[in-house]
Amino acid sequence: MNNLQIYLLLSSLLFSLGIYAVISRKNAVAILMGIELMLNSANINFIAFNRFTSNLNNLDGHVFSMFVIVLAAAEAAVALAIIINLFKNLGTVNVDEASELKG
Amino acid sequence: MEFNLIIALSFLFIPISLFVYQLFFGHILKHNTCYVSIIGIGINLSLALSFFYRIFYNSPDDYILHYRVNWITTGNFNMDLGIIIDNMSAIMLVVVSLVSCLVHLYSSEYMKGDPRFSRYYAFLGLFTFSMNGIVLADSITMIYIFWELVGLSSFLLIGFWFEKTSAAMASKKAFLTNRVGDIGMFIGIMMIYFVGETHSFNLSEIIEKVKTSEIDSTYLTIAGILLFLGAVGKSAQLPLHIWLPDAMEGPTPVSALIHAATMVAAGVYMTLRIFPILTGDALTYIAYTGAATAIFAASIAITQTDIKKVLAYSTVSQLGYMILAIGVGSYLAAFFHLVTHAMFKACLFLASGSVIHSMHHSLHKLNDHETDAQDMMNMGGIKNKMPITYYAMLITTLAISGVPFFSGFVSKDAILAGTLSHYFDHGGITILLPIAGFGSALITAFYMFRLIFLTFHGKPKNEEIHKHLHESPAAMTFPLILLSLLSFAIFFTGTINPLSDGSKGWFNKAIGNGHNYVIKVHHHNNNSIHESHNLAHSNESHYKTNQKHDPQHDSSSDNLYNFTEHVAHGTHAAHSTAMYLSLLVASLGIFLSVIIYYYNKIDPNRFIKVFNIFKLYDLSKNKFYIDELYNNVIYKPFMFWSKVSSKIDWDYYDQKFIDSIGKITLSISNKSTNIDYNWLDQKVVDGFGKLTHFVSLKLKKTQGGVIQSYVLGGLIAVIVITLIVKQI
Repeated sequence: MNNLQIYLLLSSLLFSLGIYAVISRKNAVAILMGIELMLNSANINFIAFNRFTSNLNNLDGHVFSMFVIVLAAAEAAVALAIIINLFKNLGTVNVDEASELKG
Repeated sequence: MEFNLIIALSFLFIPISLFVYQLFFGHILKHNTCYVSIIGIGINLSLALSFFYRIFYNSPDDYILHYRVNWITTGNFNMDLGIIIDNMSAIMLVVVSLVSCLVHLYSSEYMKGDPRFSRYYAFLGLFTFSMNGIVLADSITMIYIFWELVGLSSFLLIGFWFEKTSAAMASKKAFLTNRVGDIGMFIGIMMIYFVGETHSFNLSEIIEKVKTSEIDSTYLTIAGILLFLGAVGKSAQLPLHIWLPDAMEGPTPVSALIHAATMVAAGVYMTLRIFPILTGDALTYIAYTGAATAIFAASIAITQTDIKKVLAYSTVSQLGYMILAIGVGSYLAAFFHLVTHAMFKACLFLASGSVIHSMHHSLHKLNDHETDAQDMMNMGGIKNKMPITYYAMLITTLAISGVPFFSGFVSKDAILAGTLSHYFDHGGITILLPIAGFGSALITAFYMFRLIFLTFHGKPKNEEIHKHLHESPAAMTFPLILLSLLSFAIFFTGTINPLSDGSKGWFNKAIGNGHNYVIKVHHHNNNSIHESHNLAHSNESHYKTNQKHDPQHDSSSDNLYNFTEHVAHGTHAAHSTAMYLSLLVASLGIFLSVIIYYYNKIDPNRFIKVFNIFKLYDLSKNKFYIDELYNNVIYKPFMFWSKVSSKIDWDYYDQKFIDSIGKITLSISNKSTNIDYNWLDQKVVDGFGKLTHFVSLKLKKTQGGVIQSYVLGGLIAVIVITLIVKQI
C-alpha cells in the first residue's frame, strides 16, 4: 500500500460519510454538511493526485481545490439562505415534512 | 349561282329564325307576333315561286341548284351536307311553303287567345324548317336528320294542348310509332352506305353506284324495304298507321299541316327520292303495303262519326294510294297525287277546323262542355250558316272523290291506270292491286259525301247549337278559298278537257317518268323487252353475269332498261279503261251516299244490321281493333314479361339472393364485432392501458420529490455500474 492509496482511501471514507449523511439525515443543515464532506473528499483527491502523479512544480490540483473551496463557501451561503427561507415558510428544517409533491 | 344558294338556304334560315324569335321574344308583341311568322313564311313562298318558274324550262333530270360541302371526314368515312333543287323539290317547296303559309294565316284566328300562342307559332316554324330540310336534302343522312326533326316537331304540335291527357298520349304515340319506322330506316341507310366499293351517303352517288356496279339484289331489296320502313312510319302505312288518327288531338290547323303537306308527305317524298335504287321485290312489297293501307283505312273511315277522324283515315287511305303508285312504278302519279292531295286535304282539314271552331264558339255561348264539337252527329244543316266553308269543302270533296274537272280525278286516275297496267303486265295475284285501288276509290267517294251530308245538309241535330253558328273570319276563309281553287284540275293539266290524263300538262313535263335503273338487262330486239321485264321482278335479272354467259345473248350489248318508262307507256295505254272504271266507282259511291244520307231513302241502320252479321260494322267502327291488337299482342305481353322479370329480379334475385348475402355479411359482422370489441378491444387493448395505469401508479411513488431517495438511487446505480464495469 503506497501513500497515494492511503489518501484515496481517506477521501473515499470521507465521501462515503458525506453521502450517508445526505441520504439518511432528515435535517436540511445536516444534509448540507454531508455535501461539504463530499466536496472536501474531492479536494483531497485533487491534491493527492497532483502530489503523486506529476512533478512538484505543477500546481493544477491546488488551483482546483481552491476553486472548489470558494465554490463550497458560496454554495453553503446560498443553501443556508434557502434553509432559512424554508424554515420561515414551513416552520421546520425537516426535509420529509417539506415535501409538497404527491408521490 | 351564289345568289340561288342564298335563296335556297333561306328556306332553312327563315323558319328556324322564326322559331327562335317566337320562342324567346314572341310574347312581346302579344297577338301581333303571328304576323311576323306569316310574313316570314310568305317571303319563303315567294322565294319558292322564284324557283318554281324554272321548272318550265328545266328537264326532269337537271338540277336547278346543287351545292355540297364536306361535313365530317374521318378516315374512309365521309359525310356531306348538301342542297339539291331539281324540279321535284322546287314543286315540293311551293307546296310546303303555300300550305304552311296558309296554316300560319289560318291559325292567327283559330288559335286566338291561346295562352301559349307564340309557342305555337314557334313550333310551326320548326316544323316548316324540318320539312324544308327534307325537301332540300341531297344526302340520305341529311334527310334522316330532318326526318327526326319532323318527328320532334310533330310531337310538340300534336301534344300542344298537353293538359289534355289524350293529347299528351297521342303525341307520345306518334313519336314512338315513328321511332319504330325510323330504326328500320337507319339500318337501311347503313346498308345503303356499304353498297359498292366507294362508300357514300349522297343520293346521286348511291344511284350512280347502283346503276353501274353489280350488287347482290337481295341485299338491295332488304335495304330498300328497310328504308321504306321509315316512310311506313312517317306516312302512316300499315302496320304503323295507328299514330295518325290519334294525332287529331292536336289543333286542327296542325292536322292540316301534318297530314296534308309536311310530315306524311315526307315519307312519300323520301321514297320517291330513293326510287331509283328500289328493286323489283322491294317495289312489290311497297305496292302491297300501299294497297292494303288504302282499302283498310278507307273501310274504317266509313263508320267514324268524328269529323276529323274521317279525314284522318281518308289521309291514311290516300297515302296508301301514293305508296301503291310508287310500288307499281308510277313515279309521276305518286308525286302528282302527293301535290294534289296536299291541296285538297289541307283545305278539307282547314274547313273542318272552321266548322269545329264555330261549334266551339256556339257551345261556349251555351255553356255546354259535354257535347263533342267534332262529332258529326251533333252537326247537320250548317250549309246556310257557313256558305264559304261549305263550298270549299264541297269542291275539295269532289276532288278527293275523283270527279272530273278536279285535281284528284287526274292524279287518282293516273295511279289506277298504273295499277291496271301493272296487272296487265304481271297478271295473277297482282289483280289485288287494282281491286284495292278501285275499291278504295268507291269507298272514298262514299264516306266523303257522307261527311258532307251529315255535316252540312239535312236538319240540324241540335237547334240550340245551330242557332249560334256563324261563318269564320276572313283569315280562316281565305285559305279555304285559295286551296279549293287549287283543287281544280286545270291548274295541273293546263287543259279544260275533263277527261285528259294530264300528259300534256306542265306537271308531267317537269317531273318526267322517273328512273329505276336497278333492273339491268340485255336485249337486242323488242320481244326480249317483255321477257326481261317479266324477269325484272325476279332476283336473277339483277345479275349481269347471269345473262352474260347465256349463249343466246352473247351478241347483245349492255343496256339500262328503264322500268318506269315502260310503266308510263302501260299507264298511258290503260288510261281510258282506268278512267271509265274510276268514273263508274266514284259515281257509284256518290250515288249510294246521296241515297242513304241525302234523301234518307235507306236507313243506314239497316245497312249496319246487315253488315253486322259478319261483325263488319263493329270491326270498322272499332278500327279493326288494331289498337287493341297492339295492346294485347305487344303492350300487354311486354308488360307481363316486365312484371315477370321484375318479380324474378326483385322478389327472387334481389330479395333472396342479394339480401341473403347481406344477411350473411351482417351475421359475420356481428360475430367479428363481438370478437373485436369484447375480446380484442376490451381485453387486449384495454389490458395494455390497465397495465400501464397500474405500473404508473406504482412508479409514481418514486417521483416524490424526495431528493434523498434520488441520490440513494443514483448511488445504487453507480455501485451497480461499477460492479458491471469491473466484471468486464
